[in-house]
Parts: sequence; structure tokens; C-alpha cells
Amino acid sequence: MAVISATGLARTFRTKTGPVAAVRGIDLTVRAGEVIGFLGPNGAGKTTTLRMLTTLLPPTGGTATVAGCDLVRDPVGVRRRSGYVAQSGGLDPHISVREELITQGRLYRLSTADATARAQELARELDLDGLMDRPTGALSGGQRRKLDIAMGLMHRPEVLFLDEPTTGLDPGSRADLWALVRWLRAEHGTTVFLTTHYLDEADALADRLIIVDRGVVVAEGTPSALKLHHTGSAEATLQDTFLAITGRTPTPAHTAPVAV
Amino acid sequence: MLLQDTALIFGRYARQTLRSKFHIVFGVLMPLLYLLFFGPLLTGLPLASTGDSWQVLVPGLLLQLSLFGASFAGFAIIVEQGQGVVERMRVTPVSRLALLLGRVLRDAALFVFQAVLLVLAALVMGLRAPLAGILIGWVFVALLAVSLASLSYSLALRVRTPHEFGPAVNAFVMPSMLLSGLMLPMTLGPGWLDGLSHAMPFRHLVDAVRDAYVGAYTTDSMLYGVLVAIGFAVLAVTVGTRAFRTTGA
Ligand SMILES: Nc1ncnc2c1ncn2[C@@H]1O[C@H](COP(=O)(O)OP(=O)(O)O)[C@@H](O)[C@H]1O
Ligand SMILES: [Mg+2]
Repeated sequence: MAVISATGLARTFRTKTGPVAAVRGIDLTVRAGEVIGFLGPNGAGKTTTLRMLTTLLPPTGGTATVAGCDLVRDPVGVRRRSGYVAQSGGLDPHISVREELITQGRLYRLSTADATARAQELARELDLDGLMDRPTGALSGGQRRKLDIAMGLMHRPEVLFLDEPTTGLDPGSRADLWALVRWLRAEHGTTVFLTTHYLDEADALADRLIIVDRGVVVAEGTPSALKLHHTGSAEATLQDTFLAITGRTPTPAHTAPVAV
Repeated sequence: MLLQDTALIFGRYARQTLRSKFHIVFGVLMPLLYLLFFGPLLTGLPLASTGDSWQVLVPGLLLQLSLFGASFAGFAIIVEQGQGVVERMRVTPVSRLALLLGRVLRDAALFVFQAVLLVLAALVMGLRAPLAGILIGWVFVALLAVSLASLSYSLALRVRTPHEFGPAVNAFVMPSMLLSGLMLPMTLGPGWLDGLSHAMPFRHLVDAVRDAYVGAYTTDSMLYGVLVAIGFAVLAVTVGTRAFRTTGA
């Protein structure tokens, strides 16, 4: 069963300097329970694709369904069944962790009692217990990222979209987040669709990679199949593979993360 | 559903406002200064055919409070946009109308509260007006706040930066204030200015509140005032809801 399916999904922005074709026709299918790494260099169209799949941005071409609901015909259905954690998160620094979680649950139509219980449960599972009464602005980067993800999980979505979940995090926090994604899949069978421009992250986390460049899908498959197919060796690094596919590397040297 | 969603958003922003006591009281400062330093100049001047000058000045100050306060409401959402709060809410099933209404009703509550303080101060200084008229004045303050805050949010969601937003709002607020006779009745001026001011929606609101303050509830001005206030609110809320639906596209 496809949880996400897109055909020719496209988005052109109108700007003062002319049209920008950010996404130029993306076809993809994601099965229930998969962890997908949506990999591509900066500006490839990853965030734009995610914003379309989460109904924030109307496509200018193509169609897609998420959790059985059409993006355009049933946006509310998509919103109910999916969660989205944007790169900027979306927390008010002056509001407490507890209040943000409960409000988020209530926005997804949980009762106050259910939202409170769910907030407690997630805080325990994600190790945020001791932080519930802190303003979100007082959390460390890694803690805030975990809270962002807890916010996206309040309503137990079938699909979770994560945009660059580990960008800007220290190595320890990255390892924490990787463990969190693995736990989500193993424990809850949640489908996770995450974007990244870190090859090590894609290699370590994803069941399957969808590589996008300049607004189109240029390759997809398991990490090992991609390596074998594009470099002739299953021992190749994803870096070599990416280079073979796109002719460049996805991560500018100065932002390369420390290996974990 | 809409009511629940609206109440939820309203609660979040009402708590935010209550956290900044400074903000709540600061808003009444400017109209209070007018009351203190400008009001005494007018006492005894024949500003209107009926009523004394307080009954002319206070309605103007009330709507000025709404005009200045609510027009700048959008600044807050520019900050929220940067934090990603607006997108985070837009990705939930909550209705876009509730996203707007929860916020603008908080703004209306804040400005009505300030309007109550202002009227109390004016009463101490010598204002005399019928209770019904005073209540009608607060209703107009609320309607104007809802309208202007809605438009302010929709403008802020479009321009996205404070240095584009500020000048744009100023360019709207200053002529609105001057042309609607908030300070002094336009009928005191030359015919062309009076005529021009009729094109301003606020002119009709001020005239209606001034009538209410002298107990004249069934005048033409009152009818126009009510129609303009409601029509403006419906239009502004429609525009604002659209902005929440399409922002970032
Ligand atoms: N709102 C927008 N208006 C105009 N251009 C945009 C907008 N959003 C993204 N773009 C452009 O679309 C392209 C893809 O951006 P994005 O989807 O953010 O890439 P990625 O997330 O892969 O780094 C970039 O060239 C970007 O500048
Ligand atoms: Mg991006």
C-alpha cells in the first residue's frame, strides 16, 4: 500500500526576476513503514516538495496523495494523518514545553485530557520529562529538535515529514535523533520521509533513497543498490555514488558534519 | 469546531498578551496624554451643535486607539512567521478562519480594555455621556480593531519584513487619522476637506460614536456608521482568512 504517491508533482514560483521552477515533475511512491531519505544538494527542491506534500503550498502541476487523501481535494484529510516538522521548527521561545505540546494536540482536535496525557507520554519516550516547564527558548539545540519532533507526533500521524532534522546539530544530538527515527519505525511503524543533504545520515537511516537534483528525481533505490549500480561496487561510498549520479557533491565542505 | 478552534487560538494569544503587562497599559498612554493635554484646550469651544467638547473628543480618541493599535498588530506575526509558528499551525487541520479570528479577537479584547480605561479617565476629567452611548462606543472600538487587525495580519503575511511593513502601515494610518476627524469634527473645516473625509470609512464610525455619546441613536450617521463598520469587518476578515490560506505560496 502506497502511503505517499506523487505523479509529475511540480511547483514554479513567480518572482520579480521571473519564474523559478523549484520542482519540475516528481514521481515517487512510498510504502507504509518505510524510512525514506530524500537526498539532494541545497536548492534541489526538497523543502518545496515537502511543503506541497503537507498542503502548505499548492502544486502548479501534477497530483499526489498522502495517507490516501488527495492533496488538493482533501487537504484536511492529509493534515490529520500526517505530521510535518519544518526546518525552522515553529516554537514560541516564551511558551513552555508543556503548553506548546498541549496546544499542538488541541490543534489536532485532541481533548485537553488526551493532549495532556499524550504530551506526558511523548516527553517520557523522547526524554523531555524534566523540561516540561521550561520556556522552549531555554532548550539546547538538540532538545529543541526533539521537541519539534514530539510536536509532529502529538496526533500519532501515519506519515512524518522531517525537513533536515539534524542540520546544525552537534554529533551527540544527531546520534540521538537517528535513534529516535529508528525507534519510531520499529516501535510504531511510522512512515518517515526525511530530507537531508548529509550522505552519512541518508546511508545510516534510510531504507530507500530518493535522490533529487534541480527539481527532478535523478535516482532511487536502497543505498547498497545505488552504490552498486552507479559505481559498480557495493563497497563504494555514498559520496562517490552521488558524484557519479549528479556530477557534484551534495554537502559543501564547510557544513560537513563530524562523523558519528 | 470553529468556535473551539477560535477559542484555542484566542487563549494562546491572550496568555501571550497577559504575560506582557507593559504592553497592555502602554497602549492607553497616548490617548491619555491627548485627554490630559489636549482636552482642556477644547473645553468651552463650540465643537458641535449638541454636547460639550468631551463628547466630541472622547469618541475620536477611542477610535484612534483602535486605529493606531490594531493597524500595527501585524508586527507580531512577522516575528511568528520567522519562528515558523505560522506554518506549524497551518499544517494542522485547524480552520484558517479560526487562525485569524483567534488572533484578532485577542486584539479586539485588548483595545476594548484600553478603551474602558480611557473612558473611566475621561469621566473623572469631566465627560458626561449616557451609558448606552458609552457601550455603543466600545462595540465600535471592537469592530474597528477586528477589521484593522485582520488587514494588518494579511499585509504582514505578504510583505514578511518589518522594514517594509512599518512604512506601509504608517502611510495608511496618518491620512486616515487626519481625514476622519478623529481630533476635531470635519464639519469645522472647509467644504472640500469635509467632502473628502466622507470617502474615509472611519469618518462614519466617528460620527456614529459621537451621536451615541449625546444619546442620538437613530440618526442617519448612526445607520451609516453601523453599515460601514460591519461591511468593513466582513471584507477585512475575508481578506485576512485568505492570507492565512495562501501565505508562503
Ligand atoms: N517561496 C519561494 N519563492 C521563490 N523561490 C523559491 C521559494 N521557495 C523556494 N524557492 C526556490 O526554489 C528552489 C528550491 O528550494 P528548496 O525547495 O528550498 O530547496 P532545498 O530544500 O532542496 O534546499 C531554490 O532555488 C529556491 O530559491
Ligand atoms: Mg530545504
